[in-house]
Amino acid sequence: MSGSSFGFFGTDPWWMVILKAVAIFGMLVVLTLFTIWWERRVVSRMQNRIGPNRVGPAGLLQSLMDGFKLAFKEEIIPKSAHVAVYWIAPVISATAAFLAFAVIPFGPTVSIFGVETPLQLTDFPVSVLYVLAIASVGVYGLVLAGWSSGSTYPLLGGLRSTAQVISYEIAMGLSFVAVFLFAGSMSTSEIIAKQQPIWFAVILLPSFLIYVTSMVGETNRAPFDLPEAEGELVGGFHTEYSSLKFAMFFLAEYINMVTVSALAATLFLGGWLAPWPISLWDSANVGWWPILWWLLKVQLFIFMFIWLRATLPRLRYDQFMKFGWKILIPASLAWIFIVATARVFRDDFAFSNQQLLIAGAVVIAVLLIGSWLLQIRSDRKQAAIESEREQELLVPFDAMAGGHPVPPMPGQVLAYTPRRVLAAQSVAAQVIPPALDSTPTEETPNA
Amino acid sequence: MNVYTPILVLGILAFGFAVFSIVIASFTGPKRYNRAKYAAYECGIEPTPQPMGGGRFPVKFYLTAMMFIIFDIELVFLYPWAVSADALGAFGLIAIFLFLINLCLPYAFEWRRGGLEWD
Repeated sequence: MSGSSFGFFGTDPWWMVILKAVAIFGMLVVLTLFTIWWERRVVSRMQNRIGPNRVGPAGLLQSLMDGFKLAFKEEIIPKSAHVAVYWIAPVISATAAFLAFAVIPFGPTVSIFGVETPLQLTDFPVSVLYVLAIASVGVYGLVLAGWSSGSTYPLLGGLRSTAQVISYEIAMGLSFVAVFLFAGSMSTSEIIAKQQPIWFAVILLPSFLIYVTSMVGETNRAPFDLPEAEGELVGGFHTEYSSLKFAMFFLAEYINMVTVSALAATLFLGGWLAPWPISLWDSANVGWWPILWWLLKVQLFIFMFIWLRATLPRLRYDQFMKFGWKILIPASLAWIFIVATARVFRDDFAFSNQQLLIAGAVVIAVLLIGSWLLQIRSDRKQAAIESEREQELLVPFDAMAGGHPVPPMPGQVLAYTPRRVLAAQSVAAQVIPPALDSTPTEETPNA
Repeated sequence: MNVYTPILVLGILAFGFAVFSIVIASFTGPKRYNRAKYAAYECGIEPTPQPMGGGRFPVKFYLTAMMFIIFDIELVFLYPWAVSADALGAFGLIAIFLFLINLCLPYAFEWRRGGLEWD
């Protein structure tokens, strides 16, 4: 396969490339403006409010006006900032966000001004890998913004978002492996072509669920919006940013939202392929119609993002990292292995799908019984620990255990001691040699 | 035209837009100097002085980054196998299984030693 062309791709005339690039750029900006307005409206409705409805029809121009307003705001560069890095960080964020969209397919081959061309800027054999690479570049924007601000909260926010994005990127990348197994390719257009009879979301449901979870973590959206947890970090990595530099981060966040949604639609929901009842119509998957199906699927995910934000509280950081490293990653590894084994058994050992399903049911039953046994064991262990703690509580509480005043544990009672007795005790404690001081439970009965 | 050239075109467009917006904002916005405004934001109190080099932060972030590198390399090896899994068949499956076991050993070790606990 030469680098100069890949199927239909790489054969466009130069004006077509520019036309498509400008179209994608414009679409992303418009989608961002729309999504900000849509999010504010939907969240408002979910919270029994009305939301922005003044600027333009139904408030549609609100986010555009907000953008203009930001352009006329004072630009503050903090004295402690590293100016060059501070300046370039939002540029990196925004550029990386736009770039990921180069390989997203919007539709099949159409004719534009007499030239047959696919509705996709470009595609090559490793285009999903390219999206992952660009997502990693986007992390630089966050961490450099946090570091260069020269302030505590942005630094912590930047570090947090980096740790978060790279942790969830692994789970995200692992969820792609099963898709590549079935598609036999990493090119977005071929992955869509392989979903012609049935979407990958149906046959690879666990991969789909893992991807959907990790894409929320990847884009720093609620309930995983820890980098900008207002209650803890003010604004996270962009605390010190103002004016259009701040707008660039905002733009990047919303474009990333659209990108991961589009990627989810491409890899799992058949991209621009028409959904089931419509797909019975013969011309559903030709011409310009597929753009509409694509847009509907992307909007479905964006609505899910908004719904999550309106519904769920933010996770605690340790719970969040634990979830990524201890649940998502082992689960996706196990799932990849199951899928690969089943495929080998089907192709190399001529097992039928029915036999494989029965084998899968047996494995699931064994796993369920095993986890039940493990649960019983851990419950018993927990009960033993609890009873031990209760035993400990039976020992009278010593407020000066270890030589320092300590508060009572739950269940312990602080015995009332008159001051005179306390004073006598402290005199006695000074008399006791330090060696005895380290075993405080023994001296309590004497007191 | 090369398949990678369109990326460059979109990149130039995006980069140009970002730089243009940021440059234009420094001309359109007002500038009213105020010493407090240019200090690092810390909820109104005097900002904590930052030591040279940005100060210290929890070592957990480094550990996470190192774990990420291990798993990212795993991904890089899993992708080519996934794409050509049909051609490799049972041999490929066993090979990748051994590789995954190799990788799960340090993962289990890290888990057991508490490297995945945040506190």
